[in-house]
Amino acid sequence: MSRLKLTGISKRYGDFLAVDDIDLELQSGEFVSLLGPSGCGKTTTLRMIAGFVEPTLGTIEMDGQILSSPSGSVSPDRRQMSMIFQSYAIWPNMTVEQNVAFGLELRKMPKAEVRRRVGEMLEVVQMNHLADRYPAELSGGQQQRVALARAIVIRPSVLLLDEPLSNLDAALREEMRFEIRRLHNEFHVTTVYVTHDQAEAMVTSDRIAVLNHGRIEQIADPRELYSKPKTRFVAGFIGRTNFIEGTSDGSRISFDGFSVPYAAFERDVPSGGKVTFSVRPHSMRLSETPPAARDGSTSLGVIVLERAYLGEHWDYVVRPRQGGASLRVMTAPTDDIPVGASAWLEVEPLQMALIT
Amino acid sequence: MTDDSIAERAVSFGRVVSRLRRLDASMLVLLAFIAVLVFLVLNPILRLIVSSLQQADTGQFTLDNYRNAYGNIRHLEALANSLELGAGVAFLVTCFAVPIAWAISRTDMPGKAFVRLTVFAAFVTPPYLGAIGWILLAGPNSGWLNKVWMALTGAGHGIFNIYSMTGLILVIAVTSFPYTFVFTSSALDLVSSEMEDAANILGARTLRTTLRVTLPLVTPAIIGGIIISFLEAIALFGAPALIALPARFNVVSTQLWQFFEYPVRVEEAAAYAMPLLAITVLMFWLQRRILGRRGYTSVTGKGGERRMIALGPWRWVMLSYALLVGALSVFLPMLVLFQAAFAKAWGRGFSIDNLTLQNFYYLLFEQTQAKQTILNTFVYAAVTAFAAISLSLAIAYVVNRRLVPWSNVLAFLCMAPFVIPGVVLAIGFYAAYAVPPLALYGTATILILGFTTRFLPIAYTSSAAGLRSINPEMEEAVRILGGSRFLAIRRVLIPLLKKSLAGAWILVFIPATRELSSAIFLVGPNTRVISVMLFDLSEEGNFEVLAALGVILLLATVAIAAIGTKIIGRDFMLRRNS
Repeated sequence: MSRLKLTGISKRYGDFLAVDDIDLELQSGEFVSLLGPSGCGKTTTLRMIAGFVEPTLGTIEMDGQILSSPSGSVSPDRRQMSMIFQSYAIWPNMTVEQNVAFGLELRKMPKAEVRRRVGEMLEVVQMNHLADRYPAELSGGQQQRVALARAIVIRPSVLLLDEPLSNLDAALREEMRFEIRRLHNEFHVTTVYVTHDQAEAMVTSDRIAVLNHGRIEQIADPRELYSKPKTRFVAGFIGRTNFIEGTSDGSRISFDGFSVPYAAFERDVPSGGKVTFSVRPHSMRLSETPPAARDGSTSLGVIVLERAYLGEHWDYVVRPRQGGASLRVMTAPTDDIPVGASAWLEVEPLQMALIT
Repeated sequence: MTDDSIAERAVSFGRVVSRLRRLDASMLVLLAFIAVLVFLVLNPILRLIVSSLQQADTGQFTLDNYRNAYGNIRHLEALANSLELGAGVAFLVTCFAVPIAWAISRTDMPGKAFVRLTVFAAFVTPPYLGAIGWILLAGPNSGWLNKVWMALTGAGHGIFNIYSMTGLILVIAVTSFPYTFVFTSSALDLVSSEMEDAANILGARTLRTTLRVTLPLVTPAIIGGIIISFLEAIALFGAPALIALPARFNVVSTQLWQFFEYPVRVEEAAAYAMPLLAITVLMFWLQRRILGRRGYTSVTGKGGERRMIALGPWRWVMLSYALLVGALSVFLPMLVLFQAAFAKAWGRGFSIDNLTLQNFYYLLFEQTQAKQTILNTFVYAAVTAFAAISLSLAIAYVVNRRLVPWSNVLAFLCMAPFVIPGVVLAIGFYAAYAVPPLALYGTATILILGFTTRFLPIAYTSSAAGLRSINPEMEEAVRILGGSRFLAIRRVLIPLLKKSLAGAWILVFIPATRELSSAIFLVGPNTRVISVMLFDLSEEGNFEVLAALGVILLLATVAIAAIGTKIIGRDFMLRRNS
């Protein structure tokens, strides 16, 4: 049975539809990210799950029991969830230990048991040596660890995280991503994670729901989301990409400057009319000499328009020699082709994702 | 020796000279300011301490003053009474202010704008006017509340007696709770809702969240409020003089005043003022100690939004409580004060044939001294405000831009009067300047100097805050285009500061118009101000004329505050640090 289930959830503020008919189901122990640009409705969705905001339409269920519906909601303090806030909301008047113990004390646990659990939890987040400090005496990363400890120590039914890393510097952010995933692997708490940073979502999540304008554009595991984006928005939001348009006539699909047999694609490509594909810059190969013909790939002549050396790779902008829109290609740092030169671009139809 | 090295030495000599010259200029500025501040702040306090150790006529060292001041059981009782008064007021003020601040800042209580206005009204009411209102309300038997009680129950005498310690505590608390309110509500405004959400989602309901998280977070502000109201209560002169004296008990401030009755015993007064000074300094030190380690500032940025807690039916309970406090502090006392001001005899009640403008006519046209007194009040207050602001702005500028070494000493001296109770400061001024060689007793000068010192901290805080809000690059842009520092100050800084200076001016002007604690020691026959005259009228028992004078003072204050609000924006007086 699914742990958490959102059915047709919408939230309207006056004329503004912040969340528009969202369906989402989390299995027990699953880690799902809500990923999207600011204003896409991800935080509102999270706050509806927490119970701070009531949905205008739809229901939220946990373990088959309705928590939120337009006719009434269970208040946040009775949902057995916990949450990590953008500001961490560590109470500055309490020590690290008091902060972490707060939720356990509310559960009327005996003092000795509270101490033991808090100690264990602080050990897990490597904060036990700072248990008597006040939050103002901690660094940003340490405060973040306290927030995690405070949220996880009560063994919540669902853990909610609201852009928890957005206040950290880049290096720490990278470290904390793995920390959050490590804690999830240890405790298997069902988790909803809100972020606008695709790398964060990809490191931490089992599945990612990409939101835009209050709707879920696509929900999938990180690999599928990247290699098979379903919409233009998802393809553009997760990594960089080229959009190429073609016309299908049932036997071949013709693009600007080249064409590919219809049979080379997966079956869900329509057999007639206009089609759009997303092609990642590094899924194409650029070479100075014509490549040997290979099964399942097509090559076309291009001219190098611009290039930039970025150390880890080259960034090229090329245009098909027979005309058409320019394309971005990424190559190894050793592929040194001057601007203006002719070259060959190899495209694999299986690496092209159909955009609907 | 070659020519080169001579030239080199000449150049380096020139450098030293120019550095010396710059140093000199800044040293002169520093010395000038220090001289002014020593005159205004340090010398009066030093004179106070010194004269407490001097024999009155010979000037020889003695401890007799202390022996006389504390050797009397009545004097010791007054000291104990002051402490009781301070503690009682601090407690009552906390009960009044904290729930209202919480309701306004964090809940959906209705009528917030009106409640705020009430608090503001309580803030601009001088405590001695509140006291007079309460004398009319709860004077034994004749007070309005007692009359109502007797009419309702048929009892032979009333149950309220304002002439008691309880009465005094109530009167001071209802006029000084706005300080704690401002402290607490501005601290609550800074607490992000996420702090409460975090407790909520872990399973705490509104009451527990408020008691465990929200209020502890603003503890420093509440403690600050308790300390301020304690100190305010023990330093106050007017309300205790009006209520404690008829009730036949003394507090420190009224006892101090009695030392000034003929024969004037300044030295004894100085000795007797020491505990007041010590307690004040101790309290501020204590406040720092208590708040020591905990990082009470909300720790991180971002996510600072606030949502209001839905109280359900309880919001009407909160509103009723706020209105009750409003009734005690503003509605009831002001109602009876206005009634008395427009009445032929206040005891005859609310009827048309009891209405008259005679009290105002008497004050403004018949009584010769009243006009002069009213004029004095506003002229002194205006001059004080100008003096305090000019001085503090200049010093704040020097400190802010670090134009001189040791500039922090200047800032410290400007803020020092904050911990000196008005009565103590006045006695210091008296000891230092009323007597020869300056012999300023009874002049307007000594009043204005005293007021300027008393309100220097307010002026300095506002000026420094205003200056901090202006990026020095504004000025540097003038300098790089070839303008001098004075041009930059005149053309850029002052115009940018206009609003905050106007606000600061009003913030000094208003308390200066109603200052009684220090004025009562420094006025002469020709320099009386309204507050002193009110006090004298109350001794004559002429409540109708007294109320009329109070109404004039109140209306003038409200008018000035309204102009300020118009120019500077809503709530400028109730902002913290302002």
